[in-house]
Amino acid sequence: MKTYILQAIRLTLVLTVLLCVIYPVFISFVGKLSKGGGNGETIIVNGKVVGYAAVGQSFTKPQYFWGRPSAVAYNAAGSAGSNKGPTNPDYLKDVQKRIDTLLKYHPYLKRSDIPSEMVTASGSGLDPDISPEAAQIQVKRVAAFRKLDENKVAKLVADHTESPLLGMFGPSKINVLKLNVALDQLK
Amino acid sequence: MNTELFGIIATFVITLLIAVPLGKYLAKMFAGEKVWTDFLKPLERGIFKLSGINPDAPMNWKQFLKAMMTINLFWLAYGFFVLIYQDKLPLNPDGNPGMTADLAFNTIISFVANCNLQDYSGETGATYLIQHFIFMFLHFASAATGIACGVAVFKAFRDKTTTDLGNFWNYFVKTITRLLLPIAMVIALILTFNGTTSSYAGKDQFMSLQGDTVHMSRGPAAPMVAIKHLGTNGGGWFGANSAHPLENPNYMTNMTEIIAQFIIPVAMILAFGYYIRRKKLGWIIFGVMMLGVMMLMIPSITSELGGNPLIAKMGVTQHTGAMEGKEVRFGPAATAYWSTLTTVTSTGSVNGMHDSFMPLTGLWQILAMMINGFFGGCGVGLLNYFIYLIIAVFISGLMVGRTPEFLGHKVEAREVKIAALITLLSPFLIMAGTAVSTWVLTAHPNINWAVKPSTWLNNPGFHGFSEMLYQYTSSNANNGSGFEGLGDNNIFWNVSAGLVIFFGRFLPIIGPVAIAGLLAQKKYVPESAGTLKVDTVTFGLMTFAVILVLNALSYFPALALGPIAEYFSMLK
Repeated sequence: MKTYILQAIRLTLVLTVLLCVIYPVFISFVGKLSKGGGNGETIIVNGKVVGYAAVGQSFTKPQYFWGRPSAVAYNAAGSAGSNKGPTNPDYLKDVQKRIDTLLKYHPYLKRSDIPSEMVTASGSGLDPDISPEAAQIQVKRVAAFRKLDENKVAKLVADHTESPLLGMFGPSKINVLKLNVALDQLK
Repeated sequence: MNTELFGIIATFVITLLIAVPLGKYLAKMFAGEKVWTDFLKPLERGIFKLSGINPDAPMNWKQFLKAMMTINLFWLAYGFFVLIYQDKLPLNPDGNPGMTADLAFNTIISFVANCNLQDYSGETGATYLIQHFIFMFLHFASAATGIACGVAVFKAFRDKTTTDLGNFWNYFVKTITRLLLPIAMVIALILTFNGTTSSYAGKDQFMSLQGDTVHMSRGPAAPMVAIKHLGTNGGGWFGANSAHPLENPNYMTNMTEIIAQFIIPVAMILAFGYYIRRKKLGWIIFGVMMLGVMMLMIPSITSELGGNPLIAKMGVTQHTGAMEGKEVRFGPAATAYWSTLTTVTSTGSVNGMHDSFMPLTGLWQILAMMINGFFGGCGVGLLNYFIYLIIAVFISGLMVGRTPEFLGHKVEAREVKIAALITLLSPFLIMAGTAVSTWVLTAHPNINWAVKPSTWLNNPGFHGFSEMLYQYTSSNANNGSGFEGLGDNNIFWNVSAGLVIFFGRFLPIIGPVAIAGLLAQKKYVPESAGTLKVDTVTFGLMTFAVILVLNALSYFPALALGPIAEYFSMLK
């Protein structure tokens, strides 16, 4: 028994060096070659960081495309989903409220135009993407608010639609932050 | 929609393309035959020398289990204190506080046991030091513990009669150096180059495009996220686990992580067949398990793709499926696929919030963890299935009126008793736990705990009951996923789930290894015309039936009160 204890302690120490120092430091070192150098890829506008490409942020102002509802108000230091069950009456009320808000800001929409991800909270609370459908329903509002040509905004949405992996696997999507950055630069 | 289905089919095919050769490799490697990773021998020799271990010393089943328990108990004790004092240790750029004693108790058991139930949230609850030196270390170590114990069972049935199950330290170290670490490095690099953070920088702060101040947690997540999947651990860097865009930035990383968590459980089953020179047995078990996985997976995917009928009533379109708790970049199909694999294996990482899934998907998730033998966790999946095999052998023996035999060894009262006790353990832990928590909730709703029982549940009615049932099921299965709405960071849940995890981990390891050790030392009975052949489709189906009957008898009432009742209430 005593030999096992000593062996266990020594083995733990040796493996700690291998697994907790050498391995992550090596990955971190090689990671410096990646976009963002392992710190996360940032998006820079006029020399200032306005966000991380992968991490969603809150857009509530009418001149921007909106992202999905978030259970944590896009708190990037405390990710979480709503964890609301599918039959929870309070949750269903929240969804109804979100539908009403969307209809208020987009009076031209029918209910059946609204894709469900615009009225349901994401898993992380930091979902950076929306579906192309979710962007298309917002084009008219954004264009009207910015006094831009609707077709121009629609083209911007089309240009920012990312197709599935290799064109075959997974959903199409649009990164809301990148779309809005491009929108700000549109004249 | 179609691209979503192609995505999961491709993921599945790639998994098999990797797992089959990996299984052959593992069989050779653990048998000590020549493999291409032999160049690592000097590294292993160094590790053994520094640790004072002779890797060639034979161990009988008792010695083997003693060595395994010694090092696991040491990790429990040492990790407990480090968690409590994490705030006073280095590598804490975000200034996170130390853990309370009950939270540390739950957390350390959870990580040692390969469960990774997390009652804390990664961003604010653990320092970088803890994430790497305790959590990531245990991601490797707990997976290697399970695999080493699995290999001991392999060894018991390779030789005709033996007391030697091999050397625990030898299997343990080789699992790390020749399986986990090399593959984890590849995965970590894929993740890093797709956007998962890998540097040690602390929180960042910036002004968002519309002018809000944002604090953002980061950190060296890539190496940990890699092994948390490969080792079927599941404990993530961030609170939202693999739904978080830095843990799982795009569809390719999602495929990588989902493949990573399934290859070893599949490979271990095939390795068993190759190792004991009964290739067919490995493939039959593989077939039974895959049948089980499909029966859980296909209805899960359909029910998520179908969307929430209550939201459909509101008139919005669910063009891809149910989206609450899911991320757009994965979509409902890949998220449902993941939810099945993470619950059949004991991974428990999530890329969508299980609490918000449709009631029937929740049912399949909980049932997958109750069965816990369709591939299962690294190494331990086979051990759980081994118990089902022994029960099936015993019942078949009774049916044909012969002394039951398994691979040339008579299965007698002692072995069947152990198997029966292990079979009863899971329903006992799950039901007793859920019953006690339900009683506390209704009888003492206002006890002054960190989270009052009256506020435990995030959802009312049947779904609330499912939250508690899920928690104990996940603990017992060492899965670690949760219906995370449950307010579980208080003394009741930390301690009760901690105990369930502990017993649900170690007894189902000790039992099968003991049975294998006892069987292996018996005289070998050569096959005759009357021998029950276990490597046949008939016996495979027999085992499948035993699994279904045992689990239906044990759990149907509880499931009826939770997800099944919720499903019917939703239809009306």
